[in-house]
Amino acid sequence: MRALCWYGKEDVRVETVPDPRIINPHDAIVKITSTAICGSDLHLYDGVIPTLEKGDILGHEFMGEVVEVGSEVKNLKAGDRVVVPFTIACGNCYFCMKGLWASCDNSNPNAWMLEKAYGYSGAGLFGYSHMMGGYAGGQAEYARVPFADVGPMKIPDGLSDEQVLFLTDIFPTGYMAAENAQFAEGDTVAVWGAGPVGQFAIQSAWMLGAGRVISIDIVPERLELAATKGKAETINSTNENVVEKLRAMTGGRGPDACIDAVGMESSGHTPDAIYDKVKMAMKLETDRPTALREAITACRKGGTVSIPGVYGGVLDKFPMGAAFGKGLTFKMGQTNVHNYLKPLLKRIQKGEIDPSFIITHRLSLEEAPGAYHMFREKQDGCIKVVLKPQGVAA
Amino acid sequence: MTQNNQGQSPTAMFEKIWPGKIDQNKINVGDYERIGSVITGSVFTLYGLTRKSWLTRPLALIGGYLVQRGMSGTCALYQAFNINTARQGGNTNATLHANRAIKVKRAVTINKPVAELYSYWRNLENLPQIMEHLESVTVKDDKTSHWVAKGPAGITVDWDAEIFREKENEIIAWKSVEGGSVPNAGTVQFTDLGQDRGTEILVELDYDPPVGVIGAAFAKLFGEEPNQQIQEDLRHFKQKMEAGELPTTKGQPSGRQNQ
Ligand SMILES: NC(=O)c1ccc[n+]([C@@H]2O[C@H](COP(=O)([O-])OP(=O)(O)OC[C@H]3O[C@@H](n4cnc5c(N)ncnc54)[C@H](O)[C@@H]3O)[C@@H](O)[C@H]2O)c1
Ligand SMILES: [Zn+2]
Ligand SMILES: [Zn+2]
Repeated sequence: MRALCWYGKEDVRVETVPDPRIINPHDAIVKITSTAICGSDLHLYDGVIPTLEKGDILGHEFMGEVVEVGSEVKNLKAGDRVVVPFTIACGNCYFCMKGLWASCDNSNPNAWMLEKAYGYSGAGLFGYSHMMGGYAGGQAEYARVPFADVGPMKIPDGLSDEQVLFLTDIFPTGYMAAENAQFAEGDTVAVWGAGPVGQFAIQSAWMLGAGRVISIDIVPERLELAATKGKAETINSTNENVVEKLRAMTGGRGPDACIDAVGMESSGHTPDAIYDKVKMAMKLETDRPTALREAITACRKGGTVSIPGVYGGVLDKFPMGAAFGKGLTFKMGQTNVHNYLKPLLKRIQKGEIDPSFIITHRLSLEEAPGAYHMFREKQDGCIKVVLKPQGVAA
Repeated sequence: MTQNNQGQSPTAMFEKIWPGKIDQNKINVGDYERIGSVITGSVFTLYGLTRKSWLTRPLALIGGYLVQRGMSGTCALYQAFNINTARQGGNTNATLHANRAIKVKRAVTINKPVAELYSYWRNLENLPQIMEHLESVTVKDDKTSHWVAKGPAGITVDWDAEIFREKENEIIAWKSVEGGSVPNAGTVQFTDLGQDRGTEILVELDYDPPVGVIGAAFAKLFGEEPNQQIQEDLRHFKQKMEAGELPTTKGQPSGRQNQ
């Protein structure tokens, strides 16, 4: 089959690789009809997530048709159309049972790696480095889906791929970010990052009863989408002092909840960069934790900072004093996608939201390398790319 | 370390961060050295994991070792050379030949009833399914069994073991039969945590690394970090019991085959 493989920083290529096959009894093989490129993939593209190996297949937002199931998968059969959560979970451990699917104890074959770095390991993820399990991803014609009896959700007829594809990650991620923000009815929510995750966080904040939503980014067309589709007030942080502006907009009190939908993004935060800095006392390159620092500084006393944006290593110049002094609450983590599949599908079916509004580009799998570049550089108004491994017409 | 300064001592701090991980009697790495170990080890580990080159990959290993050494306060090497920076006197706690024995202690919590876990383990022939380095276990009679472990370069190591104490759903204790090439002894304890909290499995293993070729092979089996090996075995036990399979990526496609 054809698959997008990672070969190094800014080097991804579509190659012919062997087809995946059933390895474990709870596996299924899915023929992929739609797959997306995520902001998280950019961290891989930029080479800031450790433990990728040359030739790894990327992609964790994918859906398609089941073509084969392992002997222990009883709830799916060939021909079923499914969306696949990007977090892989066994469904039976302490964490899965508590709904903390992204903390599954049993799905990461390389748990020891994360244990060394983090103390304990979270769930395995598709296409996201070997310390996250090393599972081949879904920017490919086919993918092997472990614990297929637990994760994938069947999609009822009448819904297009584009309407349901983002249930695999970014819609639940935005929704969990809004839930994690723990705001009350009528509260003001500020969202850093108007990328796909930020856009869904904005939509979800309204669904959960926010009184005002303020979107902060540096890319005009993304702020525009946040204003038109997201009905958010906007701040362009290239030409505004975000903290001061938010203070002015909130009667001197600050937003009740702040969401960081930006993440590490810059190479200044990776463990190796930090190591280099500490060890060699080099100059700092930390321009991108700006969003998180701003969120902490801007948040009102006793407010909540919710962090869907991905961080991988050791943060530098983290304003702990401000967080402590104001009694802030932090909530963060990989999304427990499984919790949100059914409830969010319902919202889509009821017509409360059509997640396809963020798609700006529909391309073939072969065009993926160029698409990564375009998405990273935010060229051509790119906000979200959907790839069609079976052909663009499919 | 004395009793009255426990509240502030680094050891007390470690006890808080990693409760139950520390056996005071086995600590042979001094307090401040332990903190240094954890910090240096963490940085090495992160750095080593991020740089997969021949030059730095060993850093992750060394780092992991230092972290483990700092956290547990035990250092097999120190024991081997009878160096004790934590207190006066040697290690008086080893079950086997005092100072050369390697001691491993690891726990895991499994979301299954104690009886199910106990009976899986007690059927010793199941163990190669969850312990990577075991080739086979053959039960000879109710108490004795024959163990064959895989070594590097096709070498196998084998010994007879005897269960000398057991209590259903609580404990199994075994030791190698006198005269075997690898003197070892261990216990596995099962504790029902109640309230649907699952079952805690605690393994303690002592072994005396033999000298010579077999010794080298055996040392390889348990790796530079015997704790890590046992940790993986326990993880596999948990995965098998909870998830019904061991997660793996062996055999999946990648763009490496065509290079
Ligand atoms: N928690 C999870 O499970 C999960 C899931 C998916 C994505 N993510 C993470 O969420 C983050 C966003 O994902 P995305 O797909 O929307 O990515 P994206 O790269 O498209 O969006 C990030 C946005 O942040 C903006 N930005 C950069 N610096 C900023 C700053 N200082 N202030 C305000 N805005 C700034 C960028 O212009 C961009 O629009 C990423 O870190 C991604 O890894 C997390
Ligand atoms: Zn994603
Ligand atoms: Zn689980």
